[in-house]
Amino acid sequence: MSIPEDKHSQLRNNKHRPNVAMMLSVVFAGLGQLYNRSYLKGIIFIVIEVAFLVTLLESINFGLWGLRTLGTIPGTDHSIRLLVFGVLSLIGIVLIGSLYVFNVIDAKKQATKIKEGWKPRKFKEAVKHFYDYAFPYLMTGPGLVLMTFVVIFPLLFSVLLAFTNYNLYNSPPRNLVDWVGFDNFTNLVTVPIWQDTFLSVFSWTVVWTVVATTLQIAVGLFLAVIVNDPRIKFKKLIRTILILPWAVPAFVTILIFSAMFNDHFGAINRDIIIPLFGGDGIPWLSDPFYARTAIILIQTWLGFPFLFALFTGVLQSISSDWYEAADVDGATRFQKFRNITMPHVLFATAPLLIMQYAQNFNNFNVIYLFNEGGPPVRNQNAGGTDILISWVYKLTFDTNNYSMAAVISIIMGVIISAFAFYQFRKTRSFKEEGEI
Amino acid sequence: MNYKTKSKIEVFAIYLILAIVTVIIFYPLLWTIGMSFNQGSSLYSSSLIPKNFSLEHYKWLFSDQSDYLLWYKNSMIVSVAVTIGSVILTSLVAYAFSRYHFVGRKNGLYIFLLLQMFPVMMAMVALYIFLNMIGLLDTLTGLILIYLGGQIPFNAWLVKGYFDTIPRELDQAARLDGAGHLRVFWSIMLPLAKPILAVVALFNFMMPLFDFLLPSIVLSSSENYTLAVGLYNFINDQFANNFTRFAAGSILIAVPIAAVYLYLQKYLIGGLTAGGSKG
Repeated sequence: MSIPEDKHSQLRNNKHRPNVAMMLSVVFAGLGQLYNRSYLKGIIFIVIEVAFLVTLLESINFGLWGLRTLGTIPGTDHSIRLLVFGVLSLIGIVLIGSLYVFNVIDAKKQATKIKEGWKPRKFKEAVKHFYDYAFPYLMTGPGLVLMTFVVIFPLLFSVLLAFTNYNLYNSPPRNLVDWVGFDNFTNLVTVPIWQDTFLSVFSWTVVWTVVATTLQIAVGLFLAVIVNDPRIKFKKLIRTILILPWAVPAFVTILIFSAMFNDHFGAINRDIIIPLFGGDGIPWLSDPFYARTAIILIQTWLGFPFLFALFTGVLQSISSDWYEAADVDGATRFQKFRNITMPHVLFATAPLLIMQYAQNFNNFNVIYLFNEGGPPVRNQNAGGTDILISWVYKLTFDTNNYSMAAVISIIMGVIISAFAFYQFRKTRSFKEEGEI
Repeated sequence: MNYKTKSKIEVFAIYLILAIVTVIIFYPLLWTIGMSFNQGSSLYSSSLIPKNFSLEHYKWLFSDQSDYLLWYKNSMIVSVAVTIGSVILTSLVAYAFSRYHFVGRKNGLYIFLLLQMFPVMMAMVALYIFLNMIGLLDTLTGLILIYLGGQIPFNAWLVKGYFDTIPRELDQAARLDGAGHLRVFWSIMLPLAKPILAVVALFNFMMPLFDFLLPSIVLSSSENYTLAVGLYNFINDQFANNFTRFAAGSILIAVPIAAVYLYLQKYLIGGLTAGGSKG
């Protein structure tokens, strides 16, 4: 850039052809870079491609064959292992493919620059430049590798599973699994038992998510506001007590609650309901309506303290000037709450509140540990309190209907990620730019 | 009714509500404690105040018959490894996402966050087969690796949100003075991000302690169990028989955890609102 125009044209190297560099890199990764006299880079690319050809090509080929056929000889070919291999091969191909594309683009870009008079860097400079350029990739690399195996690979696997007939009666090594296209999706909406179960589980999931989450937010906000009242003493002690349910591991309290709600011997019936109201107690675990009520109450108990603590922090940060100004204007308490407290609180905590809804949508623990999704319901293969995720668990681990479980997982994932996507779009750091 | 009486009634009502809430909070907790001191193993004969006070369950947990201490050790290994690993991994990822331009920077993290919204059950089947293939099934290492990979998107998002609030002038100045990439990271970003890193560390210490689903699938032999799986099996195998033991075993781990939470809750909430809401 600092080079004057005339000098610049002297340095132009018109014989250097970008297209040749590009073609060379297409033929074999790294050749284009050698042509550009970036020897270090060229050699790295060549080594990578050779290593790939020597070691991985065969297994990727095998993986793709497995993915296409899911095995051909029952008893010998293990369809699900082949599927796993296939998915891993796909990931490998994407990885190698993007390196290859990068190699071609890089060769062309650099050749163009050389043509316009740019000199390839000296070795030491090149290393320094490479380090600067690659630094963010080096930092994210280890995390990315782990995430690929823990997040992407299982996801691809289960998406593919939804298009197979993998279930208890058709499982390797005895039988082969086949691709069945959209049959599972069609079955879900046409076969009565699936249709009924799906509709009732889905509607209960929505009710559960909305009611339980809203209730815990409402209770948390209400308690935060009344404890924040200046006339209340012992604030610190009260707050500590109210946060206790959050501090005790939910795993423990859910199991304890499930014992306490036991129909026959549980403490709730024995010590509270029967002495106060007489009768035989309430069938908390065996009647769907009461089981649902109990589970919502338990989730409120478990969930409100976190929100209480969160709201308390926000309330303390609202300047008292706002309220004083409102007092001067003669605002009622409700008006102050509606127009000062609520906007402040919601603005500061919106993403975390949204996350609470997403968490409850996927809240496997409370449903499963309380009653294993029960009580059973007639003409359905899910229990009365089963939400989608615990139903998926049952399909997977109790009845081994893997392909149907995958179908429902996909539906759930689409719903919740659409919801979350909308939310993320609105947050600030989505727009924030890096600088280097 | 004059203003003063009205105010007094209000304050009384607030205290009354708080008293009721306190009772509701303490009832199951005290019940658990009471149960753990009950003699015998039956859930049904146990009462809030034990008729026959006894320490037999606690003694049993520390006797040779039980694997409790082994599970405790396993849980600690997993938690400590996940804590250290997660702080290192997520802060590296968050640093790159907060300060650098690179392919995938703009949407990468969000794509992972969205992908993670897909329920984990099916992932379990895939992970089970995969761990089996690479020989890490029924090992703590396999479990730790899964936890580490799974926690990155959310925590990196949290830490990135916090890094974004650190003025860029600070690291630009350091760069002008000749500090390299890692140096800026180590001497400027990390010390300033301590509050959020503490939150990440604490979350990742607590999360594996009482996660029961994943370890119950990955770990199959009793000597590899983490606390949650071991305790669950107390009541799952023979519900009535071991419930009091479950209570005793739970208290020994829940009490220290609750103490840490209560002690650190201010920082937890502060870190979440700082990283999360602005993220």
